[in-house]
Amino acid sequence: MEILNQISVSLQQGDDEKVFALTKQAIENGLYPKDILDNGLITGMNIIGEQFRKREIFLPDVLMSAKAMYAGLDQLKPLLISEGIPTLGKIVIGTVQGDLHDIGKNLVGIMLKGAGFDVIDLGKDVPPEKFIETAKKENAKLVGVSALLTTTMTNMKKVVDLIKNEGSDIKVIIGGAPVSKEFADEIGADAYAYDAAKAVEMVKEMV
Amino acid sequence: MKSILKRIQNGEILVADGAMGTMLFQRGLKPGEPPESVNMKNPEMLEEIALSYLNAGAVIIQTNTFGASPLKLSDYGLESKTEEINRIAVERVKKVVGNNAYISGSCGPSGKLLKPYGDTEPDDIYQSFKRQMRSLINIGVDLICIETMMDLNEAILALKAARSISQAITIIATMTFNETPRGFFTIMGNDIKTVAEKLEKGGADIIGSNCGNGIENMVKIAREFPKHTSLPIIIQSNAGIPEMKEGKLIYSETPEFFGEKTKELIKAGVSIIGGCCGTTPEHIKVIRKIVDIYIENDGNGNRLVRH
Repeated sequence: MEILNQISVSLQQGDDEKVFALTKQAIENGLYPKDILDNGLITGMNIIGEQFRKREIFLPDVLMSAKAMYAGLDQLKPLLISEGIPTLGKIVIGTVQGDLHDIGKNLVGIMLKGAGFDVIDLGKDVPPEKFIETAKKENAKLVGVSALLTTTMTNMKKVVDLIKNEGSDIKVIIGGAPVSKEFADEIGADAYAYDAAKAVEMVKEMV
Repeated sequence: MKSILKRIQNGEILVADGAMGTMLFQRGLKPGEPPESVNMKNPEMLEEIALSYLNAGAVIIQTNTFGASPLKLSDYGLESKTEEINRIAVERVKKVVGNNAYISGSCGPSGKLLKPYGDTEPDDIYQSFKRQMRSLINIGVDLICIETMMDLNEAILALKAARSISQAITIIATMTFNETPRGFFTIMGNDIKTVAEKLEKGGADIIGSNCGNGIENMVKIAREFPKHTSLPIIIQSNAGIPEMKEGKLIYSETPEFFGEKTKELIKAGVSIIGGCCGTTPEHIKVIRKIVDIYIENDGNGNRLVRH
């Protein structure tokens, strides 16, 4: 469908007004919300994610495209829910306790939503208990924890320990500037993602 | 003390200090506590750290004010303490170093994203930096060091804020780059050429890079800068990416490794060499040693090695 392609292109250009209008039009034309989501918004965000990963584009471009994505997604969400269309899966994300940096975490949230996941964002400075409580309450099988500071990344271990000590099957994926695969292994996290695009890839494998 | 810029013009290579956060962490700063809280709670720690870097051979000593702009402090409800936090940091360094080193007022990012990408107005960031700069400059820092910047627009706002307080003060401005297949860029997409040109135009006196992924990348960055600016270059590298070993954070790049790479930084024409996250007085001692060898080998006030 041409209109879906236009949605994808406008999203990549970061044109939120156009994405809003096109999504509205597509709904009025009677297209399936799931079709608009998958072949319009998600297609566009996938391309943005890939370009960001290769650093062909940078954070400002991604943030503008994210705004455009929400302009479409906010219209589709109630329709998707009322039609009972399942998302790819549910994930609880947040910045680790003590850390107030959320740009990276927000980016991961954007990319996961853009890939079709249901994302519950707990914000920043999130206590370890809050991650697991929310995951249980929302029946999410995945928790994503972010840290920017070397002084707070050690708090990630508390989240992992809490979940493992309970014998829960909830999986933990971690990321952030100072975090590495080795660090993830050391603290017993289930996965590590180098960047937001990788996070989406890993989460797809984990659900 | 002689002007720092004059010393650089005379071919001197100046050694700056290493990490602050790493040192505070070693001394009991808890994860999640703002590093600047030490200024009020335990200011002796600031003297101890300044002294250890001074003894290691640094002639530029930073204040513990990286996050002491009111916008950043507001994350912790400490914005009303902006003046006090900055004042104590400068006073304690001054007490230790006297006239034996330059006091460099550290100023890091606001932690906010500028409109339209984020929700913060440029003027809010500018006013926030201005309040910190006024504090630092009035109490008597020798330099301002705007560092770890990732958004060139924010760096320029900090520069302008400092210049609005003092036309005369020496300003260092450094940004943090990542390597990409197309060269080095900040996360906001600023390349070295644009950064160098805009910072120079914006009124910085010394420019370069800090933090990052390790000193090998810094050597590449150091070689790139002089192609785009005539200003002196400063490099303050992380000691690699931190790793967790037996419950402790370890930075992999040793003082010896830093020493080897310091030679390459000197060859690239860098004027000020120091450290960032993970570096310790041991790293600075080795940098001092290598720099001294180069200065000794010279004799005419000019650098010997420039390839």
